[in-house]
Amino acid sequence: MTDNHSEQADEIDLNALPDDELVEQMHDDLYDGLKEEIEEGTNILLQRGWDAGKVLEDALVEGMRIVGIDFRDGILFVPEVLMSANAMKGGMAILRPLLAETGASTIGKMVIGTVKGDIHDIGKNLVAMMMEGAGFEVINIGINNGVENYLEAIEEHKPDILGMSALLTTTMPYMKVVIDTLVEQGIRDDFIVLVGGAPLNEEFSQAVGADAYCRDAAVAVETAKQMMHEKRVHTASS
Amino acid sequence: MTVTIVSSDSKEVHIGFDQPFCIIGERINPTGRQILAQEMRDGDYSRVERDALAQVSAGAHMLDVNAGIPLADEPLILADCVKLVQSLTDVPLSIDSSVVAALEAGLSVYQGKALVNSVTGEDDRLESVLPLVKQYGAAVVAISNDETGISEDPNVRYEVAKKIVERAEDHGIARVDVVVDPLVMPIGAINTAGLQVVHLVKRLREELQVNTTCGASNVSFGLPNRNGLNAAFLAMAIGAGMTSAITNPMHVEMMQAIMGANVMMGHDPDCRHWIDRYRSEGVIAGSAREGRRSGRRRQTQL
Repeated sequence: MTDNHSEQADEIDLNALPDDELVEQMHDDLYDGLKEEIEEGTNILLQRGWDAGKVLEDALVEGMRIVGIDFRDGILFVPEVLMSANAMKGGMAILRPLLAETGASTIGKMVIGTVKGDIHDIGKNLVAMMMEGAGFEVINIGINNGVENYLEAIEEHKPDILGMSALLTTTMPYMKVVIDTLVEQGIRDDFIVLVGGAPLNEEFSQAVGADAYCRDAAVAVETAKQMMHEKRVHTASS
Repeated sequence: MTVTIVSSDSKEVHIGFDQPFCIIGERINPTGRQILAQEMRDGDYSRVERDALAQVSAGAHMLDVNAGIPLADEPLILADCVKLVQSLTDVPLSIDSSVVAALEAGLSVYQGKALVNSVTGEDDRLESVLPLVKQYGAAVVAISNDETGISEDPNVRYEVAKKIVERAEDHGIARVDVVVDPLVMPIGAINTAGLQVVHLVKRLREELQVNTTCGASNVSFGLPNRNGLNAAFLAMAIGAGMTSAITNPMHVEMMQAIMGANVMMGHDPDCRHWIDRYRSEGVIAGSAREGRRSGRRRQTQL
C-alpha cells in the first residue's frame, strides 16, 4: 500500500505549461517532495532560456520558502520537509555547475558541525538539510569538532555562515572557545555565527558571542536568510 | 532474573524483567522550558513542586530531576531540587545531568539509592561518573554511544553498552545496577529507528541481561499526534523487553499503552490494575451491579 504520487503527476505534461504555470507547478511539486518532477521542471526552464539564477530564485527557493512557512506553522512535518529538501537538491544538482560557470553565487554558504565532546547530530543534520533545501550550499563537518576543524573548514570553504550545535550543557560552552578563537584571529566579523541545540537559549547565544540562537531548523533557515540579506545590504551600502 | 532496586528512604522500586513497566517522570527538566529554567535559576521551585506531585499522582514510579540551565549553578540547583522533591514525595529519583559536579551534588544530598542519569561510553566519562556511582552505591543509566557518535547499527550500540557494563563491573558496580538506554532516534528522520530499538532491547535483555530505559518521546520528534506514536512505540518496546522509560506520565495515551502492555506481558495478574483504572468506563450508568461490585472490590495499589 504505497501512495503513488507519480501516477497523478504523469497526467500533467510539464512541457505543455506556460512558464508561470510551470513555476507554480514546481512549487506544488516541491511541496509534495517530487524529486523527478523538480528535475524535469528545472531542465525545461533552462531549455526555455531561463538563466540558472532565475530558476533557482523563482522556482526552487520560492517553493521552499512556502514549505518553510508551513513547517514553521505545524502544517508540514519533518519527513515531508526532508522529502521537499531532497527534491530541491535534485534541482540544485542540475543548477550548481551552471551557477558556478556564470559566477552567480548561491544564496549563501554554510559550514555546520557539532562541537567537541558532543556526538549528537540528528538536529544538526536536519538544519543542514533544511538549509540546503532553502538553496544554501552546506558543508557538514559532522560531530565532535575541535576549534581546529572549524578553522580548517572555514579556511577551505570560505562560508558566509558558521553553524554550531551542542546537545549537552557540558559541551555547549565550547562554542565560546571557537568564537573567541575567531575573535583572536581577527576574522569573527567575516562570518554570521548561528548556534543551536536543546539546552541553549538566546541569552547563552549572546553570552558566547554568537549572532543568533536558532530554536529549530525552520528558524535557522529564516534567520540565515534574514542575516544574509542584511549582510548584502550592508556590504552594498558601505 | 534481573532486578534493579532503587529507593528513597521509605520506598523501594524494582525495575525488572518480571515487573510492571517502571515509569520515570520526565517533567522536572528545564531543557526547552524557558519559564521553568528562569524560575529555577532564580531559586523559585514552585513549578518543580507542582510537577513532582502531579507526576506521582498520574502514576510515575520514579521522578527524573534535571537542572541543566545554561550559565547557572547547576550543582546547587540540582541539589536543591533533589532535597525538595524528596521532601514532597517518597518515590526514588533519577539524578540527571551531564555535569559530573552536579551529579555529585545531587547524590550527596540524596536519601536512599538513586539512579544516576547518565554515563556514556567515552573513557573520560566512564572514569569520572562510575566512581561516583560506586561511592554512593547508586544505580546508573548507561547510554549506548561513545566518542564515535550514535551508530545507526544497533549491533554497534550493543557493543558500546557491553563496554560500559563491563567497565562498571571493573569499578565494583553490579551488572543489575546498570540500566541501558539503547537511544531512541526520531522516526521521522530515521525510518528504522523503531526497529533498531526493538532489536537492541532484545539483545540487551537476552545476552547482556540488563534492564533498559529510554527517552520515549524522542521517537515522535517533528510529527503530529506525538502521544499516539509514543504510545505505539512504548507498547512495542515493552513487548521487546524494555523495562522502564523516562517519559511524561501526564499523557493519557501513553499511560494507557503502558498499562495495556503490562497486561499483555503478564505483569498485571488478573488484570487488576487495568480493571481498577477503567472499570467505571465500562459500567452502564445506573447499573445495580456497580455498587455491589465496587463494595466488595479488594483495594489494590501498584
